[in-house]
Amino acid sequence: MIKPNHALAALLLTLALAGCASTADQPAAPADQAAAVPVPAPAATSTTPVAPVQAATVQADPLAMVDAAGSPLRERTIYFEFDRSEIGAGAQRALEAHGRFLVANPTLKLRIEGHCDERGTREYNIGLGDRRAQAVRRVLMFMGVQAAQLQTVSYGEEQPAVDGHDEAAWSRNRRAELAYSR
Amino acid sequence: MSTVRTLCACLALLAAGSAAAVIRIEITQGVDDAQPIAVAPFSFEGEGGASVDVAAVIAADLARSGRFRPLAREAQPAAPDEGQRPEHLAWRAAGADSLVVGRVVRAGAGYAVRFQLFDTLRGTQLLGYSIPVGVGELRRVAHRVADMVYEKLTGQPGAFSTRIAFITEIRDADVRRYHLVIADSDGEDPRTVVQSVTPLMSPSWAPDGRQLAYVSFESRFPQVFVQDLGTGKREIVSDRPGINGAPVWSPDGKRLALTLSSGEGNPDIYLLELATKKLTRITLGPAIDTEPSWFPDGERLAFTSDRGGAPQVYEVNVRDLRSRRLSFEGDWNARPTVAPDGRSLALITREQGSFRVAALDLGTGTLRTLTEGRLDESPSFAPNGAMILYATEHKGHGILAAVSTDGRVRQRLALTEGDVREPAWSPNQPTHE
Repeated sequence: MIKPNHALAALLLTLALAGCASTADQPAAPADQAAAVPVPAPAATSTTPVAPVQAATVQADPLAMVDAAGSPLRERTIYFEFDRSEIGAGAQRALEAHGRFLVANPTLKLRIEGHCDERGTREYNIGLGDRRAQAVRRVLMFMGVQAAQLQTVSYGEEQPAVDGHDEAAWSRNRRAELAYSR
Repeated sequence: MSTVRTLCACLALLAAGSAAAVIRIEITQGVDDAQPIAVAPFSFEGEGGASVDVAAVIAADLARSGRFRPLAREAQPAAPDEGQRPEHLAWRAAGADSLVVGRVVRAGAGYAVRFQLFDTLRGTQLLGYSIPVGVGELRRVAHRVADMVYEKLTGQPGAFSTRIAFITEIRDADVRRYHLVIADSDGEDPRTVVQSVTPLMSPSWAPDGRQLAYVSFESRFPQVFVQDLGTGKREIVSDRPGINGAPVWSPDGKRLALTLSSGEGNPDIYLLELATKKLTRITLGPAIDTEPSWFPDGERLAFTSDRGGAPQVYEVNVRDLRSRRLSFEGDWNARPTVAPDGRSLALITREQGSFRVAALDLGTGTLRTLTEGRLDESPSFAPNGAMILYATEHKGHGILAAVSTDGRVRQRLALTEGDVREPAWSPNQPTHE
């Protein structure tokens, strides 16, 4: 018996893979920076197969699974285009692994932090980071993760991952970070 | 051993103090027709001496405005005694169109500062005052004198007796340290209001200058605080799920406009009644609505919204909630700040990929770019409306800069260490100590 959530997840995965094939794994339409330097997608998940994370349930400490070698759950940063909050196909696949893991481990919690690059104004960026965190939250909830497992917070441009004032730095700062806890 | 330790502790304190903020102000562009003025050294009457060079503070204030060119002391003729008629001809020959002379007199527990302003061309006295002051208030009185001179000679009120609040970020190995600092408008007497290892944001002055509202992430979630500057006591006034941001005090001091998302990913503007904590929702809809700024009437807010697809500036009436778009030029406009007279806005506009301060004339709808940086942010008007303080980038560091609303005068306010941002110019009333 397949639970509806899993059916949805499978459907999403199919769609994501289809999207991946047709768009060459590029994130959503670039906003307005045609001249932007293309940056190697920091997400290295494009070729990582989705591991059978359900196995985590038999482990004594599911939280330890998160950092296990080869686990897709090690991918805990989702990147975005300038002024956008759409989740790209590669990121979608990474999130599905997290979604299944959270469904299988309903006692675990996930904190989703939305971040922006330094461009734009600070409080507007708080709004944009919030929108990014909510986009991640929606994907996970669509997969059946309980609302009580998820927390979101936006740091706007206040906590860059990388210093620097160019697209190379900006592309790594426009992100949502996932942090597990019990 | 204990002596050494004490010494170390002192050094550490000193280091912390200087790290908080030492601001150096540099005028990068003044007006060509800056008025030549002389501020003669103030004499001192009584025991001891004055702890502050009052004339130097006045001259520096006037110079910083970009509208005055104070004569160097070496170039000044012998100062007349306060109360005597100066040799107007000699001062005119030295190049001063006007002259300030004064004296600090020990009086009781404090001082009296006496000064006169002369028009050396006409040979007339324009101002003459004696101001009683307490010990430790000489610098403040010097700013007041500068305000009076500025107003007499330009017809506009001065803004030297004001303060600025700003956020600094200092890297300490891997730790970021955030300080909310207030300083005099000339950068002197910096004082850390609150410090944290998590971000501090969006300082906003209460209209009486005695409290600040700001956002702190110290609980790992954003919360809006109100802090009394006299006592240091602070209170969390907004701590809801999601965003608690962009607080701005209403002109009557009774309410904050702020941004909440209530955990739904939909930032909207609300009013928070400070006495009752009652919330009123002002904007609706799935767009990001944020960065409110009050019009002086206390009935309307300018704000940023991406309801049209990209951020633009709108206004909303807080009584009937009707809104309308204000910015039409440019494809990206945000973070409006209403001018003290309510007739224009300063905002951030995007031009060829750079973010700059621009003035939007609400009568004509004209948008005029005032700055030339790449990442200019957080414009804040002086209470007299003459200057706009903002955050910019210089040699890879966040610094503050100021530009006159006509774009003719520019200053840079450089911090000795770390990055500084989000300046907020205080209202006119002197703050309570």
